[in-house]
Amino acid sequence: MGFNRRGVWAIYRFELARFGRTFLTSLITPAITTSLYFIVFGAAIGSRMTEIGGVPYGAFIVPGLMLLSMLTESISNASFGIYMPKWSGTIYELLSAPLSPFETVLAYVGAAATKSVLIAMVILATAHLFIDIDIVHPFWMVALLLLFAITFCLFGFVIGIWAKSFEQLQVIPLLIVTPLTFLGGVFYSIDMLPGIWRTVTLFNPVVYLISGFRWSFYGTGDVAIELSLAMTFGFLALCLAAVWLIFRTGYKLKA
Amino acid sequence: MPPVISIQGLTKTYASGFAALKGVDLDIRRGEIFALLGPNGAGKTTLISIVCGIVTASSGTVSADGHDVVRDYRAARTKIGLVPQELTTDAFESVWATVSFSRGLFGKPRNDAFLEKLLRDLSLWDKRKSRILELSGGMKRRVMIAKALSHEPEILFLDEPTAGVDVELRRDMWNLVLGLRDRGVTIILTTHYIEEAEEMADRVGVISKGELIVVEEKSELMKKLGRKQLTLNLAEPLVAVPPELADWAVTLAADGNELRYAFDANAERTGVPSLLRRMTDLGIGFKDLHTSQSSLEDIFVGLVSQKKDAA
Repeated sequence: MGFNRRGVWAIYRFELARFGRTFLTSLITPAITTSLYFIVFGAAIGSRMTEIGGVPYGAFIVPGLMLLSMLTESISNASFGIYMPKWSGTIYELLSAPLSPFETVLAYVGAAATKSVLIAMVILATAHLFIDIDIVHPFWMVALLLLFAITFCLFGFVIGIWAKSFEQLQVIPLLIVTPLTFLGGVFYSIDMLPGIWRTVTLFNPVVYLISGFRWSFYGTGDVAIELSLAMTFGFLALCLAAVWLIFRTGYKLKA
Repeated sequence: MPPVISIQGLTKTYASGFAALKGVDLDIRRGEIFALLGPNGAGKTTLISIVCGIVTASSGTVSADGHDVVRDYRAARTKIGLVPQELTTDAFESVWATVSFSRGLFGKPRNDAFLEKLLRDLSLWDKRKSRILELSGGMKRRVMIAKALSHEPEILFLDEPTAGVDVELRRDMWNLVLGLRDRGVTIILTTHYIEEAEEMADRVGVISKGELIVVEEKSELMKKLGRKQLTLNLAEPLVAVPPELADWAVTLAADGNELRYAFDANAERTGVPSLLRRMTDLGIGFKDLHTSQSSLEDIFVGLVSQKKDAA
C-alpha cells in the first residue's frame, strides 16, 4: 500500500459531513454578509465614490470581499478539523492508523479548502446579483483562489495543532487575519492612502493577496502580480515548513 | 514460530523527565491472550501506545508481524487494532458512520456485510443509526471495540477493557475475546485486577515502575500469587508461640493478641483445618478470624525482591 487513498477519502468525507451538518448556515452566512456589504458600501457609499483604476466601486470590492471571508473561514475550518480530535481524544485513532503525514494533511487541508472555495463562489455569485463582473484572467482567478485556500488551510492546520483551547483557535483569525484583511485594501486602493500609511501598508502581507486577486479580475492591482505570487508562495512555503516540523518532531501530537 | 510482536530494549522518558519504561523486552506469541498486569502508572498504557504509534519511543525497537512499527508503520499498523482506556468518540456521528470511517481510515475496502456481522456480534446493530452521544457508557465501549475491529486486525490491544464496565458487558467482552482468539487473533490486554488476568490470559506479564518484572504462563504465576494470610484474634493473649504449633510456622502479632499463618490457597493442603483442630486440642480459643490475599502491591514488592535476590 503506497498511498492510503481510502484513509484520505474517509477523513475527507468525514470533514465534509461535518460541514454538511451546518451546511445552510455555512453558505447562507457569506451570502447575507456579502449582500450587507453591497448595501452599505455599494449602494450607500459607493454611489458617491468614483471608479478606482477604471473599475466601478461595487466591482472593485468583490475580490477583497471574497478573500475577507475565505481567509478567516479557511483558518477556522482547518484549525477546528484537527483541533477537535485532539480535544475529544479521538486523535488516538488517527495516530494509530496507517496514514502518512502527507495523507493526513492532504485529507484535512483538502476538505477545509473545498469548503473555502465553495464559500468564495457563493460570495461571487451573490455579488453577481448586484453588479456585472467581467473576469479578465479566469484561469488565474481560479488558480489564485485555490492557492490562497490551500495556503490558509495549511496555516489553520498549524494553528489547530498549536492551540490549547477553543479561545486560542479564534485568536489568530479574529484578531490578526480579519484586521489585516480589512486594512489590506478590500475597500480601497492603497494608492488612496496618505504617504506614510501607504508605506506601512506594504508590510501587511494580505495587501499582496488582495492585489494579486484583484489583478486576476480586472488586470490591475496595487502591486505587481509577480510580487503577489512571490509573497503567496513564500507564505505557503512557511506553512509547509511548519507542518513538516510538526510531523518531524511530533509537536503536540505525539509524546 | 516467530513472535507476533517483538519488543526489544524499549525505553520511554517523557519530556517532563518521567521514565515510564526502563528497558522492556517482550515477545508476544501468535494467537495467545496476553495480560499485562500492573498498578496505575506502571507503564502499561505507554507500552501499548508505542506499539500502536501514538507515542514515540526514546529507544528500542518494536515489530508487529515482522514489520518495524516505525520504519514500516503502514504494514505494522494495518495489522493492529486498539481499544483505548478512555471513551473517546465522535459524539455527533452515528454508530454505522463511525465504524465505516474507521475501516476506511485503515485502508480497507468497504464491506457492509462484515460490519453488519461485527455490529450484531457486539449487540450494536439496533443502535447503528443512533448518534454516539445518545448511547450509554457500556454501549460506547462496544462502539470503541467495533471501531478497533472494523479493519479486521490480527492483533488487538485492549487497554483496561473492563474499567467501569457492568457485569453483562464484561461477560460479553470475555466471550468476544475468546471468540477472536479462536479465529487466530492475538490479544493483549492491560489490567490492574489479578482476577481479570487469571480469568482470561494464557500468559501474564507483570509490569511495575516501567520494568517488566516477570512474564510467565498464567498457571505458574497464579501459584506465586496465591499466598493468603489467616489472622486469628485470640481470646487470651499469648506470650510465645506454643511449640506444638511449630509445624505451621505461625507468628504472633498485636502484643500476642493475634496469631498469623501464611498459606498457599491453591495448594491441595492449606494446613488451615489441621491448625484449627490443633489449637482446639491445646485449648487456645479465638474470638474471630479472617483471611486476606496479599494486595497487588505486596505481590509486586515480593516479586521485585525475589528478582533482586536472584540477581
